[in-house]
Amino acid sequence: MNPPRFTFHRFWAIVLKEFIQMKRDRVTFGMMIGIPLMQLIIFGFAINADPKHLPAAIRSADQGPFARTLIVALKNSGYFNLVREAPTESEAQRLLQLGDVQFIINIPEDFSRRLLRGERPTVLIEADATDPAAVGPAVSATRALAESVFNRDLPGPLSRLRAKPGPVDFRIHAHYNPENITQYNIVPGLMGVVLTMTMVVITALAITRERERGTMENLLATPVRPFEVMTGKILPYIAVGYVQVTLILLAAHFIFHVPMVGSFMLLYGVSLFFIAANLAMGITFSTLAKNQLQAVQMAFFFFLPSILLSGFMFPFRGMPEWAQWIGTCLPNTHFLRIARGILLKGNGIAEIIPELWPLLLFLTVAMTIGVKRYRQTLD
Amino acid sequence: MAAHLPSAPADDFVIDVAGVTKRFGDKTVVNGINLQVRRGEIYGFLGPNGSGKTTFIRMLCGLLTPDAGTGTCLGYDVRTQQAEIKRHVGYMTQKFSYYEDLSIRENLDFIARIYAIPDRATVVEKSLERLGLQNRSHQLAGQLSGGWKQRLALAACLIHAPQLLLLDEPTAGVDPKARREFWDHIHQLTADGLTVLITTHYMDEAERCHRLAYLAYGNLLTRGTLDEVLTAAKLSTWTVVGPNLRVLADQLRRQPGIEQVVAFGTTLHVSGRDAIQLEARIAQIRTPAHQWTRVRSGLEDVFISLMDDAQDNFS
Repeated sequence: MNPPRFTFHRFWAIVLKEFIQMKRDRVTFGMMIGIPLMQLIIFGFAINADPKHLPAAIRSADQGPFARTLIVALKNSGYFNLVREAPTESEAQRLLQLGDVQFIINIPEDFSRRLLRGERPTVLIEADATDPAAVGPAVSATRALAESVFNRDLPGPLSRLRAKPGPVDFRIHAHYNPENITQYNIVPGLMGVVLTMTMVVITALAITRERERGTMENLLATPVRPFEVMTGKILPYIAVGYVQVTLILLAAHFIFHVPMVGSFMLLYGVSLFFIAANLAMGITFSTLAKNQLQAVQMAFFFFLPSILLSGFMFPFRGMPEWAQWIGTCLPNTHFLRIARGILLKGNGIAEIIPELWPLLLFLTVAMTIGVKRYRQTLD
Repeated sequence: MAAHLPSAPADDFVIDVAGVTKRFGDKTVVNGINLQVRRGEIYGFLGPNGSGKTTFIRMLCGLLTPDAGTGTCLGYDVRTQQAEIKRHVGYMTQKFSYYEDLSIRENLDFIARIYAIPDRATVVEKSLERLGLQNRSHQLAGQLSGGWKQRLALAACLIHAPQLLLLDEPTAGVDPKARREFWDHIHQLTADGLTVLITTHYMDEAERCHRLAYLAYGNLLTRGTLDEVLTAAKLSTWTVVGPNLRVLADQLRRQPGIEQVVAFGTTLHVSGRDAIQLEARIAQIRTPAHQWTRVRSGLEDVFISLMDDAQDNFS
């Protein structure tokens, strides 16, 4: 019996071969660099969770100064773009129905008069709430507006009409991202998404390809050991993963000006485990897939929950419990928290431990299944 | 035992296996094969597609573990010392299985690295030279024609100077000239002490082997030198030349005792295992219009007869 021994030269032979193949495979290489760039552009520039300048129609029956003040204030809030006036109720409804406007602001005819009388006149804001995320911030901005909008127009004795402060003074101090800038949240999260997307697919392909083209049989007939093949195939893609991480961090800093308060060394260090976890997942898929197409299909099953249930796209705590459980099993969920924690909150090793160990657990399990199944591929 | 037979010591068998069996599910693909191959021999392995040749070779080179049976390959146990076997065996797969997106040189260099060959650059250079590949060394393997791919595969599986070469249909789809060159090369290698086990469907190649084995449905049906195989088959063959051979062939096929009627251009080969019955049948049909000659059975006649027989056993 000769015990399975890891030798560096065989491992290195695989590494070099993978690099040559990577260099020759222009499309895959393009994907590895193209996907992070594309995601950066799409998520970084195109997605905004706090949409402003939404089209709105005004139906004002009151031409008084208070109505005008209200309209100007709504405009200045930045959330409304008052594109047109709707003379009638039915005209206004049609605009909403067609989607030409997102809001209709109805100011009643005796608005100014009733305001001065202290009768709390009603301003009806009708919203096209088919997309709750689109109208939410605008609606809450309007509520805040009502408290202060007329303060300047109600001097002296009229000041009794000003909004009264509530019994409790809520002070909200938004830490880490006080301006509520979506990019600060999205761009660090992109690291996890891009790595999940490319790393799983690429390893799954790299190993399935060997089997599909028959080169695996040849490889197995040489003294090379399964563990050497696996690690030799993983290493080049870890390098690619780091190129992606670096690319995103550079964009985060120079293009999106994301604050980076934590330790880069720590982030780079933790990235290794996350990249390896995804690669191990890819290897596991490759042992299950019969061909490259199947490998890609399987990767999708992993990728979708990773992007949707990890807290990247939607608030994690907003999900029902079962969805949170699924999310907790995914490495991306934990890596997102780590990446955001280090970059935005300046977390250190002590703060990320609760997220680090699930990542390591996932890596260990995926790697074990991968190696176990990989060994059985031919016999 | 070796002491009694100093001229043929036991360790002179490069391959020595007994009762080797492999099952996939409930299907027995290789059924209790015994085989001995001597050092420096070219051993031809023949048999129809799906007869278990490839599976048997995979067990010899350590890719598969036999379900039953024992034996050694290069003195290493085929069940437990697969890592050692892999180090000293060169295996050329049926399908080209080097990297098509790597150049010839990169492929050889990769294999040389895997085997940790000392002075790798020189070895790769010599290997390229020996096979006449040095002018094409930067060409991608995927762009090569069948013949060149086969040369590359041979060069690659020889790079670690193996003692045993297992070739699985190495000449399938290769033109006759390249095949001739390939065989010359194989003979040269065995003259230097290499042992070769080769599978093929070509009868001319089978005749260039020192020894042959015929496998069908996982069973080893016959083995030995060319003459031994031909004699053991006890097959009689006649040739017929003359007009309307097609009509004659149909007539012959209906006769009991006539097992094979095969057209070779303008000649028919008629064979049967019972020489007396065959001659009697022919005598009935024989007319002066046709010229009948008794010939020595060819290897192909023998193999087809063996295969038909094996099928009968299965049904």
